[in-house]
Amino acid sequence: MKQSTHDQSAPESRVVSVNGRAKWEEATAKAKLRDANFTTLSGSELKPVYGPDDVDLDFDRDLGHPGQFPFTRGVHPTMYRGRLWTMRQFAGFGTAGQTNERFKFLLDHGQTGLSVAFDFPTLMGYDSDQPHSLGEVGQVGVAISSLEDMELLMDGIPMDKVSTSMTINGPAPILLAFYIACGENQGVDPTKLRGTVQNDILKEYQAQHAWLVPAEPALRMITDAMSYCAEHVPQWNTISISGYHIREAGSTAAQELAFTLANGMEYVARGVAAGMDVDEFAPRLSFFFDSHLDFFEEICKFRAARRIWARKMRDVFGAKDPKSWMIRFHTQTAGVSLTAQQPENNIVRTAMEAMAAVLGGTQSLHTNSMDETLSLPTEKAVKIALRTQQIIAEETEVAHVADPLAGSYFVEAQTNRLEEEAEKYFDEIASRGGVVACTDAGYIQREIHRSAVTYQRAIESGEKRVVGVNAYVEDAGAKPEIDIHRIDPEVEREQCARLANLRERRDAAQAQAALDGVRAACRDGSNLLERFITAAHAYCTLGEITQVLRDEFGEYKEPKIL
Amino acid sequence: MAKRKIKVLVAKPGLDGHDRGAKTVATVLRDHGMEVVYTGLHQTPEMIAEVALQEDVDVVGLSILSGAHMSLFPRIREELSQRGMGHVLLTGGGIIPVEDMDELHSQGFAKLFGPGTNTVEIAEWIETEVEKLWSEEGAKR
Repeated sequence: MKQSTHDQSAPESRVVSVNGRAKWEEATAKAKLRDANFTTLSGSELKPVYGPDDVDLDFDRDLGHPGQFPFTRGVHPTMYRGRLWTMRQFAGFGTAGQTNERFKFLLDHGQTGLSVAFDFPTLMGYDSDQPHSLGEVGQVGVAISSLEDMELLMDGIPMDKVSTSMTINGPAPILLAFYIACGENQGVDPTKLRGTVQNDILKEYQAQHAWLVPAEPALRMITDAMSYCAEHVPQWNTISISGYHIREAGSTAAQELAFTLANGMEYVARGVAAGMDVDEFAPRLSFFFDSHLDFFEEICKFRAARRIWARKMRDVFGAKDPKSWMIRFHTQTAGVSLTAQQPENNIVRTAMEAMAAVLGGTQSLHTNSMDETLSLPTEKAVKIALRTQQIIAEETEVAHVADPLAGSYFVEAQTNRLEEEAEKYFDEIASRGGVVACTDAGYIQREIHRSAVTYQRAIESGEKRVVGVNAYVEDAGAKPEIDIHRIDPEVEREQCARLANLRERRDAAQAQAALDGVRAACRDGSNLLERFITAAHAYCTLGEITQVLRDEFGEYKEPKIL
Repeated sequence: MAKRKIKVLVAKPGLDGHDRGAKTVATVLRDHGMEVVYTGLHQTPEMIAEVALQEDVDVVGLSILSGAHMSLFPRIREELSQRGMGHVLLTGGGIIPVEDMDELHSQGFAKLFGPGTNTVEIAEWIETEVEKLWSEEGAKR
């Protein structure tokens, strides 16, 4: 339509734009396009270009300023000008002594926080010398069966200075008790301890699968830890609500967002139901997301997460403290995106995923090492991964401006789309009786599995391409020329011998009394974390304490998914 | 004569919870017309061999990403033999270094698959190998 005057609200530029749009549509309709699948990594259709018509955006309602509701733009007013993200490499293997050496190596190279990877027996609450532990001791993480192992792990590391993240779930409150007791033995008051236990059992049932007891007693142990720490260990994050494992198990970005936040809301509801004020514990909740290869979709996921959480906490749970509205999160680059083929390419993948996490405003970051599809990382590979973060921080200048992609039509449209998809899942989960019922029934597990199979088919049909796997393939049978980090079987023997020795040396009556105390608390409802700390000091082992829990609460049984 | 269905046990030995690969492969094998039994997680060698026997499977496929394969895989093979199931096609996959794959192969494991394997390739390989076993069996009779 032609404009007759210059003083109307639609200026000439608008005419140009409308004409331009028509011309552009005509041009693209005729154009020959590459043979490619124009969707996000998670399979959402993408338009060739985004404009104002694609975005419903109200600055104050949807974005706001950094450090202000709804925190879409970040949780701190200054973001990385105030302080860079914490570079926190997840590490652990072999014995506590070996991991202690790796920790000191990382601290010496400029890492700013510790992150402990435990082996599978520890994650499942077994001692190194129990039958289930055969062959697994020290393989994918460090074996910690007692306070003594924790003391070796933290030897010479000032526990009042470092913050420590512990990836442990089923037996999380017990490992936290070992840590608190270890600090006390180092002369560090619990109020000085800083760190996080993952302690997110719902996503264990859903995706990561290292569990102990059924949901109800497991959730009680979590609320016990939240209330104990609110009073005695105030700088400790008692839960890290994790989407990482949900994504790695095969979910889409939207499912990661939805299931993680749904789990988060369940923990908040449980805390409130246990009689706590939401503002008493919500500021200590932290989150953990994956950063996958779809650069923009991941950035938008982080932005959407902050906005959804802020709205839910303020408007649904009635939190008053702005700290309760903020989602603070750790990010890890996507292990599942790494390829065993041409493993050096993984450095590039990780760098881009790390960049997305930084542009998405993460509070801390782990970058994967290039060799992790082959074995635990070597020291050299870990160093490159850490240097990747340092290059982003020091050389690319991206850390100077908060939420630099806001206002992009594409970024805002995708952020809105992810929020909408998450909301649909929240409704679906509510209609199925809530997140615990959905998990017990296997609904969430089946949703994740469905996405994993869809993605695998997309790779195998060539719809999605992976360099080295279904594109630019080099001789497939070749052995990768990369060093392998192997765990000496001696580790298992050494660990079992130390445990046997500990059981000889400790005060047997004191240990038995502490275990009886745990059993009594299981029955009378008093705070379990407090009893775990007493048991830690008595050098009760992890397996002994979890045996009491298994006796009292039963074992979790996974639902049939296939 | 209707062709007999290949029966596969997909099993997760050890304590690791990484079941994305196992469940994806199980689904693909089913789509290829095989009968698939999935054990679920955290299985001991004895439990796996016992299910293989009860279900009378043709193939046992193990999935492991915890690094414990050199301890667990040989024990599973032994447990199968003790139950008279030494004839099954024994395969698997996960994070297994090439040297370990070679060693396990020399102990009687058929092909083991690493990350990035096309699942259709696994299904077709199983079909071919089981056909071979069946025709050998037929020849013996």
